[in-house]
Amino acid sequence: MDALIPLFVAIPLISAFLMVIFGKLVKGFHRFLAPITLLALLLLAVYEFTSLGGTSQAYAMGGWTGKEGSPLGIFLVLDGFSVIMLCIINLIGLVALFYSLSYMAKYTAEANYYSLFCLIVAGMNGVVLSGDLFNLFVFLEVSVISSYALVAFGVGKTELEASFKYQVLGGLASMLILLAIGLIYWQCKTVNMAEVRAAFDGSYSKAFYLFVQVLLISGFGLKAAIIPFHAWLPDAHSSAPSPISAMLSGVLIKAVGIYVLIRLFFNMFVFTHEIGVVIAALGALSMVLGSLLAIIQWDVKRLLAYSSISQIGYIVMAFGMGIILLLRGNNEAAAVLAIGGGIYHMINHAVFKGLLFLNAGSLEFRLNTRNLKEMGGLSKSMPLTSTTSFMASMSISGIPPFNGFFSKLVIIIAAINGRFYLLAALAVLVSIITLGYFLKFQRFAFFNKAEKAVEKIREVPFPMATSMVFLAILCVALSLLAIPSVSETVLRPAIDVLIQPELYSTTLIGI
Amino acid sequence: MEGMSTIVKKVSQLVAGLIFMYGIYIILHGHLTPGGGFAGGAIVAGAFILLILAFGSSALNLKKEVAGSSNTESVAILLVVILALMSLFLGAKVFFGNFLPKGEAGTLLSAGVIPLYNIFIGIEVAGAILTIFLALVIFKEESSK
Amino acid sequence: MIVYLLCFVLFLVGLYGVITRRNLIKIAISLSIMEFSIFLILVLIGYIDQGLAPIVNTNSGPEIYVDPLPQAMVLTAIVIGLATTAMLMAIAIRLYRKYKTFDIREIKNLRG
Repeated sequence: MDALIPLFVAIPLISAFLMVIFGKLVKGFHRFLAPITLLALLLLAVYEFTSLGGTSQAYAMGGWTGKEGSPLGIFLVLDGFSVIMLCIINLIGLVALFYSLSYMAKYTAEANYYSLFCLIVAGMNGVVLSGDLFNLFVFLEVSVISSYALVAFGVGKTELEASFKYQVLGGLASMLILLAIGLIYWQCKTVNMAEVRAAFDGSYSKAFYLFVQVLLISGFGLKAAIIPFHAWLPDAHSSAPSPISAMLSGVLIKAVGIYVLIRLFFNMFVFTHEIGVVIAALGALSMVLGSLLAIIQWDVKRLLAYSSISQIGYIVMAFGMGIILLLRGNNEAAAVLAIGGGIYHMINHAVFKGLLFLNAGSLEFRLNTRNLKEMGGLSKSMPLTSTTSFMASMSISGIPPFNGFFSKLVIIIAAINGRFYLLAALAVLVSIITLGYFLKFQRFAFFNKAEKAVEKIREVPFPMATSMVFLAILCVALSLLAIPSVSETVLRPAIDVLIQPELYSTTLIGI
Repeated sequence: MEGMSTIVKKVSQLVAGLIFMYGIYIILHGHLTPGGGFAGGAIVAGAFILLILAFGSSALNLKKEVAGSSNTESVAILLVVILALMSLFLGAKVFFGNFLPKGEAGTLLSAGVIPLYNIFIGIEVAGAILTIFLALVIFKEESSK
Repeated sequence: MIVYLLCFVLFLVGLYGVITRRNLIKIAISLSIMEFSIFLILVLIGYIDQGLAPIVNTNSGPEIYVDPLPQAMVLTAIVIGLATTAMLMAIAIRLYRKYKTFDIREIKNLRG
């Protein structure tokens, strides 16, 4: 239903500020309100997903629609692609929140953590729902500033340094994005994404167009941490508390980095061949360099952070291939495969990377160390952590029957169909390297001979174990998405709204 | 931190009231003249900060102050979102709709719900800036003990 | 045209500060300078020749006003810049308490 769309942003905002007020009066209020908020958001997202059915809805805030010739109004757009992102964000948010009910018990100022968590979810929901550029910028800043505070949450030396580095680079990225928004407004006299597309269909100067696109790729590439903009990610994601690392690496770099890049380049700009090549090349570079840098790490969360860079490279490369194939014009099936593979890998990566970071958090919770050389022999004493970690590692390396295998297979088949043989070979090579360093992680953490006495180490408490088991079950269940009839209902609306940008603009301008 | 000399204290006592009223004027006339919630809220916070700087933080009970300003800020934001949600049920039934009667353009009591938004946002911004300042003062006090 | 060039020079001054300064507070201030240059560019984009300030007087005829939309965008962006600067300052002060220095060459615990 239309009127439920703004609730995605309003509900977490209300609960975040209620927790600030009542957190001091009532003990344990935040541990009660936050899971209920995220559960409500998840149910709302699933309801919208089932009731949308391939159409798009646009909601004009305040009922302000433009008159002839002067586009006004702030629109929230819900279509096939945004509803998938909403489901991912709220699902991983709920699981990470449930995990942090027992993980954050040893931190002081726990009430602020839950407020910031609700704010980051509110910001991300706003980013995927917004239909014009400046609204997107405001919600982007809301979620990113909350994430700066959450990275520095346990105020130790490394957390503060990582947060400072993250903030300087993130602030630079936001400025580039704001400059690009200003330049687009200068040219088109509007910031509404559908109207910008209509304005760009006329005559424009090529150099200006290219400059704006390069600014946007740099700005959102910094948020999405593709090479060469990745310098903040290993520090920030390894120093944050583990449920926050799961949120950052699992959804934030996708919702405010890749989702916006894809939305802008597919639905707002007219493609050119150079941009497709640039995006595919950046993706391939991230894929290879991320995995090579991950092999040498001994800190378990740093290893997972570098592997995030590598998997994000897969997704960006798939979308780049989709752009080039759409421009060639004669092979639409391969383009659909490439874009579908990219979206499928986004969903999968959120689930298994979230699970891996939660596992690393469990190890840190019991052993107080993140160094792989000091762990060992934990498969007997922490059976749930060990099993779920093994399933996630097999998933991310692309071993059947887990979900990672199917999404990587779709991307490689699309590459071969489109005759990008080099990219397909690189994808297979990086998959093997990924298997290599995840086997290293498994061996040193769980299956080696124990360095220290590990008899006293018990399994993690109930909330943490439940979240990990739930994500592991999802890892297996999501491989069902590869069945063509299931992916027709789930993924096809998203692919359609990306391939046919007229669908996007007519929904909005037709209002 | 210590306060400043007597002249500074007396002059800031006189001036802070004027600055506070000027800030409220800018907030209330937000729909007629430039300014509105953000700018007016920053000026109101400036009045409070001027007094704190002149009298020194040893004259305050810092924990109660920062709790007060933090709660004020949260209550103001809650009122903004509740007002936005209320317009889902009254009037045009859209989020952020304008459901109060709009008077004539140009008078003070006009433009429906916009002056209410300005007032709440002004209170919120003043509370936020004051909370940031007081938090930094508290941190300085604790680290120099 | 020359005003846009001057704003870009201000942006480059801020960028130079972020890259070369060693003091944490100076890095934060340079980031603020960069932000303000972007705000200036945004406001200048909305300028229309011989336009008045966009305050509508009900008893005057049709006038030419400058574009008010970039001004509204800049108001919001100023508040966002305030929040960013406040976060940076808070982290910088806590870093000073841990490391006893503001020099970024000393704060190098994370590498690799």
